[in-house]
Amino acid sequence: MIAASPAHPTWLEAWRDAARPLLAAGVPPDAVSWDGSLFAGTEAMPPAAAMLPPRVPPKFLELAEIVLRHRDAERHDLLYRALWRIAEGERELLERATDPLVMRLSLMAKAVRRDAHKMHAFLRFRPHPEEERHLAWFEPEHRILEAEAPFFVRRFAGMRWSILTPDGSVHWDREELRFGPPGRREDVPPEGEGEILWRTYYGSTFNPARLKPAAMRAEMPLRYWRNMPETREIPRLMAEAPARVAAMVERGGSEPAARRQRLIHWAPSSVSEAMELFDAAAGDREAALAALKAELQADRGSPLAVHATQAVFGEGPLDPPLLFVGEQPGDEEDLKGRPFVGPAGRLFDGALEKAGITRGECYLTNAVKHFKFTPTGKRRIHQSPDAGDIAHYRPFLRREIEIVAPRLVVTLGATALRAMMGRAIPVTKARGEMMRTPEGLPVFPTVHPSYLLRLPDPDSREREYGRFVEDLKRAHREVM
Amino acid sequence: MHDAALDLRRKLEILADAAKYDASCASSSAPKRDSLKDGIGSSEGMGICHAYTPDGRCVSLLKILLTNACIFDCAYCINRASSNVPRARFTAKEVVDLTLGFYRRNMIEGLFLSSGIIRSPDYTMEQLVRVARTLREEHGFRGYIHLKTIPDAAPELLAEAGRHADRLSINIELPQEASLKALAPEKDFAGIRRSMARMRVRIEEAKEEARAPRFAPAGQSTQMMVGADGADDRAILGTASTLYGSYGLRRVYYSAYSPIPDASRALPPAPPPLLREHRLYQSDWLLRFYGFALDEIVPAGPDAMLALDADPKLAWALRNRHFFPVDVNKAPREALLRVPGLGVKSVDRLLASRRHGAIRWDDLARLRLPMRKLRPFLLTADSTPGALLDKAALRSLLVPKTQSAPRQMALL
Repeated sequence: MIAASPAHPTWLEAWRDAARPLLAAGVPPDAVSWDGSLFAGTEAMPPAAAMLPPRVPPKFLELAEIVLRHRDAERHDLLYRALWRIAEGERELLERATDPLVMRLSLMAKAVRRDAHKMHAFLRFRPHPEEERHLAWFEPEHRILEAEAPFFVRRFAGMRWSILTPDGSVHWDREELRFGPPGRREDVPPEGEGEILWRTYYGSTFNPARLKPAAMRAEMPLRYWRNMPETREIPRLMAEAPARVAAMVERGGSEPAARRQRLIHWAPSSVSEAMELFDAAAGDREAALAALKAELQADRGSPLAVHATQAVFGEGPLDPPLLFVGEQPGDEEDLKGRPFVGPAGRLFDGALEKAGITRGECYLTNAVKHFKFTPTGKRRIHQSPDAGDIAHYRPFLRREIEIVAPRLVVTLGATALRAMMGRAIPVTKARGEMMRTPEGLPVFPTVHPSYLLRLPDPDSREREYGRFVEDLKRAHREVM
Repeated sequence: MHDAALDLRRKLEILADAAKYDASCASSSAPKRDSLKDGIGSSEGMGICHAYTPDGRCVSLLKILLTNACIFDCAYCINRASSNVPRARFTAKEVVDLTLGFYRRNMIEGLFLSSGIIRSPDYTMEQLVRVARTLREEHGFRGYIHLKTIPDAAPELLAEAGRHADRLSINIELPQEASLKALAPEKDFAGIRRSMARMRVRIEEAKEEARAPRFAPAGQSTQMMVGADGADDRAILGTASTLYGSYGLRRVYYSAYSPIPDASRALPPAPPPLLREHRLYQSDWLLRFYGFALDEIVPAGPDAMLALDADPKLAWALRNRHFFPVDVNKAPREALLRVPGLGVKSVDRLLASRRHGAIRWDDLARLRLPMRKLRPFLLTADSTPGALLDKAALRSLLVPKTQSAPRQMALL
């Protein structure tokens, strides 16, 4: 047996300095004793072969650094066994999660990480009664004090503090970390007003109707309890809980308070309010439009309204030369409550500009006023409105157009055309020709800008974009 | 003990009690920051739970109301206008001092501040924002701040709230508009969703545009009560999916309706459906991280409820036995994720492991996986479920008998 004794129990460099010559000399793990036992160390180290230290994956060094903080006396030996196998050619050893050695090392690393996390969580400072300093007594399961001290520096850099443990202590004076000898529990001041307040909070935030002590113990193991002031409340809270709940249930519902809190209403819009507004607004078109908007906002008759954020109404001046009808609001329109602000809307803006039409000449709206979609866990997938959806919103659209009174309605895509004409007409056939609705309103159909976005190849996209701009120019000429 | 301290303790008691029905306690996903230059506090991305109460919930933030006075009369709420609970109100300075005092003692990660509605939405919101502003600007507080948003508050107030807070939330409370109307007449379902939409737009702007002002970097969340209305599990999960998809929520919290002191006659107290709440959380996870669709977890039907005696993945597997056995050495990731007893982490370890050699039955035991549960569904290099999968009694073999109903009733 060859005795190996790293110069420091937890430092990576110390273990590495001890392991390197052993490996270079080809000493197998079974021939090394890492525990400093009496009978080891009788054998001399064989001469090292002249070779470079083996290259190991960085993941191994990260793992070793953590594992060395574990209190298990076999940690040096286990790491050397892993190093040996890696040097022997098992370069991807750590990926073999089912290997017993890898399993053991990863469980050790997990225990150390968990202990570090619990130290961040369960360590409690108390202010020193005379000095400007906070003190904590903590009993870590593993040797993590040195590694975790910087966490408390980052968090409490502006405070002076000391952490005392059975392994050693660390002191921060706002500039420098100093490590010192082990401390004692008695060095930390007794509970004060801060701890009393904290126990009050702890007791009040507990819900007696949800008693789950096993879940508590799993996350807050008993070994940490004695240094946490709030845990002194636990026996009382648990003992009282069943009676508190029984009393609440027994009492049942209570009479409303005689002096209830003052109630002030501020108008959530309702259909009836909207109708009143509408009646009052006869003759005033701006007001009529606002009333129609309120009515739409309050309309819960469509299944689409259940899932959408809000109804998206039209925007633009009264008596515009052109009124554009799109399909329905998309994801962005639904969130912002405005029409044509999504990707298709931006493309449309560009096309308008190219056709020499200003936004001030247009009123923009949609045939269907709520976003129709299928929810998936992550996002909403656009769904085309069906005949029922179009029919539901048709009266709103008709009244909107009536009030706005444009010179010409331009429909974008099949849904808009269907909403205006009352029947399905293929856009490809009708495109670019003046039509009249059954009520005699002039309509000019073209494609929806989202159709251009869906075209796969750039050539056809450019060609179709050109055609679309031409359509817009034609519609514009009709009303100029 | 002088009176001021006693008074503060009494207020803390009332206003912590009033806030505890909000399940959210997350302190994660805040941007990395520390107090090396000035100020106090840090956040390193991961949340920290500083204690656990005997209800199994973590204590991460100081979760309190600024005041429990409220002009809303929501039947499920301890603070409703017509409740007989004693009322109290903190000053902004008291909340700031409590937060810093607890923080310096390493008892909390930060503050979760909410409030009853007083006077108007803007007034209430302004009070919440003032506390956050004082903590951040006067004390250089780098800990976590979660603010409750009041629907219909002014955009400038929302912008300021988002500048100081890591997370914002607004509770949808109930899964259906009709229930909200019945139980919380002053709340506006559509208004709540419009607020969520506004928050999503600002959160995304802040993330995508370098020059946009900071806005709630840890995102937004919401809470839905379970068992206060007649909504079935499918309705609850359907609403949750819509909210996740529409507003990019980080979390939907499900909170079993729990007896409160001085409950309303409209909603008498009953033991909370804790197991149902647990099954909803499990399903929520399956929907978001395991590739399950709502129809697979709760098929549509008149009373679309999750099984209480089996977890939702096991329940799905028992309904879809033709999908199994899955070969641990060949199946794609998506298929392995559907095996009862395998989680995301164990699946990833199996995938890494099998590149270096076939996985055998004993390997699974070494990974400390639930072997009894896996047996009927998994094929390894040296084991097959055999006829186990076709057994009519498979359900009773896998479902623990003592669970469900007895556990639900245990408290009373």
